[in-house]
Amino acid sequence: MSFFAITRATLTKDIRLEWRSKDAINAMLFFSLLVVVIFSFAFDPTAEESRRIAGGLVWVAFLFAAIVALNQTWARELRNQVLDAYRVSPAPATPLFIAKAVGNFMFVAVLEALMTPLFVAFYKLRALGPAWQLLPIAVLGTWALVVNGTFFAAMSLRTRAREIMLPLLLFPLSIPALLGMVNATTAVLTGESSPTFWIALLVAYDVVFTTACLLMFDAVLEAE
Amino acid sequence: MSETQSTPVVAADGLIKQFGRFAALRGVTGEFAAGKLYVILGDNGAGKTTLLRTIAGLAHATRGKISVLGSTDIGASRAQIGYMAHPSLLYDEMSGMENLRYFSELYGIPPADVDKRCREAIHAVKLDPDLDRPVGQYSQGMRQRMSLARALLNDPKLLLLDEPFSNVDARSAAEMAVLVAQARDRGKTVFVVTHQPAQLEAYADEFIWMELGRIVDRTATLQGSRA
Amino acid sequence: MKRGFTLLAIATALLLSFALYAALVIAPTEQTMGNVQRIFYYHVPSAWVAFELFLINFVASVFYLIRRSTKADILALVSAEVGVVFCTVVLITGPIWARPVWGIWWTWDLRLTLTLVLWLIYVSYLVLRRFSTSSQTPLLAAVLAVFGALDVPLVYFSIWFFRTQHPAPVIGGGGSLDPRMGWVLLYNWIAFMCLAWLVCWTRYRLEVAQRAVHESEAMQSLMEGAR
Repeated sequence: MSFFAITRATLTKDIRLEWRSKDAINAMLFFSLLVVVIFSFAFDPTAEESRRIAGGLVWVAFLFAAIVALNQTWARELRNQVLDAYRVSPAPATPLFIAKAVGNFMFVAVLEALMTPLFVAFYKLRALGPAWQLLPIAVLGTWALVVNGTFFAAMSLRTRAREIMLPLLLFPLSIPALLGMVNATTAVLTGESSPTFWIALLVAYDVVFTTACLLMFDAVLEAE
Repeated sequence: MSETQSTPVVAADGLIKQFGRFAALRGVTGEFAAGKLYVILGDNGAGKTTLLRTIAGLAHATRGKISVLGSTDIGASRAQIGYMAHPSLLYDEMSGMENLRYFSELYGIPPADVDKRCREAIHAVKLDPDLDRPVGQYSQGMRQRMSLARALLNDPKLLLLDEPFSNVDARSAAEMAVLVAQARDRGKTVFVVTHQPAQLEAYADEFIWMELGRIVDRTATLQGSRA
Repeated sequence: MKRGFTLLAIATALLLSFALYAALVIAPTEQTMGNVQRIFYYHVPSAWVAFELFLINFVASVFYLIRRSTKADILALVSAEVGVVFCTVVLITGPIWARPVWGIWWTWDLRLTLTLVLWLIYVSYLVLRRFSTSSQTPLLAAVLAVFGALDVPLVYFSIWFFRTQHPAPVIGGGGSLDPRMGWVLLYNWIAFMCLAWLVCWTRYRLEVAQRAVHESEAMQSLMEGAR
């Protein structure tokens, strides 16, 4: 029973299940599209201004979409009490967490990939700084949201008002990561400053919280 | 063989389980020998499901001690436990084989044996392994049988079934009763929580009567209880 | 115990009165801001006390994770609650001060922003405690507290750097402090710490009593139906 084998099996199982219930994916994709359109109506700046605020807008939009996706994380395991089947097996909790977090990451990345070209088009965005840096920023920022999001989605299984508990627990702790993502993106778009500090902050955030989540997930899963 | 027969497979001492102010288990004490089929009976709220979940390691006792398969650590004996509940504990969108293949990974069944073991488990419950239909489209009887196949997949020493006959057609229920008895005959210890004890009357070794979170009686037949 | 508590209460009352007097009379009037600046003697010590309480919460939570001690859990709860109150004082006195002096209600000043984020984190901690349906709420809360504590340095550095890029008025005044002001600040800090200690102690005793009541109610419900 290898750790890696369980992680991989759980991840492929989730991808397969997600693929089969295409309704849910399509609804999420459409929702992301809507978010971009609403934001474009609400914030209609000139091209110059948009470079300054786009960093914030884009990440808030990603956050919206991510929350809806994260709330779904454990939904399938709750139906038919399948989570009990996992818990009653000798499989450790950590591979389950990794599989769920990676699955969420992939899913949110797809949503971001859909939303980004729309933002670029609506806001006529063009990076004045080194555009290639946007990729590591996106990866680090998305992981920051997803790793804690998956963890707190599990924690909120043990509470009432589950769907509001997730953002309630996640948002305050994500503030430094959010500052990091937004400011790094803005730095690259405007080319006016270096995103290095913010990227370093995101790396630190990701390392600290990935470790914390891996160490404490077992306790949360067993806290029935 | 005689060694395992002398150590009880489950031993509870003053087991108390509280959910806030409500006490589901109020001091369950008892020893249960290996290789027997125990049927747990009682009204709703008697604590039957909670007791089963505590034995399975899914619930932690608030107070008191419980030892399962010789260990008081929750999770020490998970590889040797099979658990089934009224919800199917299966993924609706996958077929029976796909479900069991996934759970085989969790139990560390070597990849070379997975397909064989899954097919055998599904055959054993009289279902068709090649049925491509997702489990969500099964009838309740088929779903419960597939759930039983999942519970038996790792060839557990201890089998815990919670309301296996609920909403199941008579034929499936009778077949499952036979399967459960066969599991006991192969040396497994089986606990079944049910509102339909008649299904197992012919096979059960002991009936455990629960009321208000305690075991109030243990009898050899369905008629013998003072409760 | 009772005597110590009474002594503390008296000492707190005396210290608070003296500290208030010091803040209003002894402390010299600030040159540029005038008498409004005196709110500084409530604003800054409240922040320090809040941070101390959150530190206590962190230590108590870690202790709980290691030893599962009920006392640690109660201490964590109490320090979080009182900490949030002092935090609220900081967040209210900040804008009250900023408005007449700088004409703005809010500024992304390091201390104020850090206080706001801590307030958000610990309010979410208290909400988790209230909304949890798990029988292991103290464990979940302790985990969240550790996450919160890990976040604090990250919050600090992110706001610090953010401020270097977006300079803003510093509430609390940078630069040197008249030594008399320093003394008054110290008196107020000590008085606030005593107040915090007093309130925490009271809340602690209240929580212990409440848990004892729950325990006895639970015991009663356990006894029900005993033959």
